[in-house]
Amino acid sequence: MQGFIAVYLREMLILKYRFKRQLAGMAISPLLYLVTFGYAMGDVIRFGEHSYLHFLIPGLVAMASMTQAFGIATDINVARFYWNIFEEFQAAPISNLSYVAGETLAGMTRAFLGVVVILLLSLPFGVILQYGPMFWLALLGNSFVFASLAVAMAMLVKSHADQSLLTNFIITPMAFLGGTFFPVEKLPTWAQIPLNCLPLTHASHAIRASSLGQPVQWPDYLVLLVTGVVFFWLALHSVNRARD
Amino acid sequence: MIRIENLQKSYGATRAVDGIDLSVAPGELFAFLGPNGAGKTTTIRILTGLTRLGGGQARLNGHDIESEPLAAKRQCGLVPQHINLDSELSVLENLDIHGRLFDMAPEFRRQKIEQLLTYVELEDRLHTLVKQLSGGLKRRLMIARALMHEPRILFLDEPTVGLDPAIRRRIWALIKRVQQDGTTIFLTTHYIEEAEFLAGRVAFIDRGRIVALDHPQALMARLGHWAIDRMNDEGIQTHYFATRDEATEFSAGQDFGFTLRRVNLEDAFLALTGKKVM
Repeated sequence: MQGFIAVYLREMLILKYRFKRQLAGMAISPLLYLVTFGYAMGDVIRFGEHSYLHFLIPGLVAMASMTQAFGIATDINVARFYWNIFEEFQAAPISNLSYVAGETLAGMTRAFLGVVVILLLSLPFGVILQYGPMFWLALLGNSFVFASLAVAMAMLVKSHADQSLLTNFIITPMAFLGGTFFPVEKLPTWAQIPLNCLPLTHASHAIRASSLGQPVQWPDYLVLLVTGVVFFWLALHSVNRARD
Repeated sequence: MIRIENLQKSYGATRAVDGIDLSVAPGELFAFLGPNGAGKTTTIRILTGLTRLGGGQARLNGHDIESEPLAAKRQCGLVPQHINLDSELSVLENLDIHGRLFDMAPEFRRQKIEQLLTYVELEDRLHTLVKQLSGGLKRRLMIARALMHEPRILFLDEPTVGLDPAIRRRIWALIKRVQQDGTTIFLTTHYIEEAEFLAGRVAFIDRGRIVALDHPQALMARLGHWAIDRMNDEGIQTHYFATRDEATEFSAGQDFGFTLRRVNLEDAFLALTGKKVM
């Protein structure tokens, strides 16, 4: 247990020292999306009774929770390849579970922080959504999925460059295609099938439905849970591969 | 305290560690001396769990590093070759996290931090960020961190590399003090004088194999006690003598420039491997 706390505490202390920079970094992309896609196009596009801003903000929440949770991979890689701090964990008598759980929770914490930033940014745009338990549960699932994936990838890559490639090929396409900016249901069936395989699509559905007061679909939550468990298991079994 | 049998590690076709056997007694200060790439760091990395064992066995204070990795890790502290402190965190935070990783109780952690910072003369730097410390202070902090959980064995991988001579000597004094307090020390170095000054026994390692293992004085005595370096067309030629008188007699009346000096571990290493340590 102490090992898990040590790993998590270290990440939180680093977050504390970088807090202002980190917060600014978390705010800039969502703010640009809100202004360009939401504010400028807000009156042009409508989804039923909702404006595009109402549609967009839950998508941004899903996207930000993914990117912020996955961002822990960069911190792990800096610690591993640049500062060599990962060796301190490897040489310590802690289980792989303690390490993976500590880093995953750190990624999830970052995700929640990123979401709070978006919710605060949405206030001046006059958008008030419903943030009930199902909203936070979807957020929890999504951040668990991508923080676990981040830890697994950070253990498997061999360099910083590999990490950037993974972000470019996995996270960036998912950010745009996972139901964040448009409804996947509007696409032809052949396009919906692969996009429905993305965990972010289910996170977007769940977060949007819960925040707009619509009925939630339990399969979305189940997909997030199963995917998260699989990625966490992968991370757990990848730690030993980080040893040379 | 440390028992290694037929330790092996390969990277592709390269045998980084090629069947090392040795044992280190409790309280001993043992040094691995060899050039870069000889297998010193790989050996330490295997023993401390950073690198996967390729073959053979190793036990730290009776705990097998493969079958009881967590128990084996509890026995040892590690000061790696490169600085691996959290530079964005303070001295206190670095030590506190290490203590938590080794499951130390809060009160014990607090006591050890206070005690060790006094020990390494960093007591006034408790809240200083690590990035604000000099290289020598970081080394001392790394030694303090490695001693936090009171390990029975301390692994020091090139502990003074890159430090100026004055700071190096302070680190040596600290290492000696740690050994005198009862910790077994396993040191790697490619500094001849470091091994001579610190080690009770020295193993020469070359291409992943131990080529000699003995007390520093015994290794040097195989060649003699005095050496004369003379420059000729082929470079520097060294002649060894049992006594200073023999060396002086050899050089008397010769018309070449020469240097008379004591035999050192570099000579012993060169005689065995045909190459210099540095």
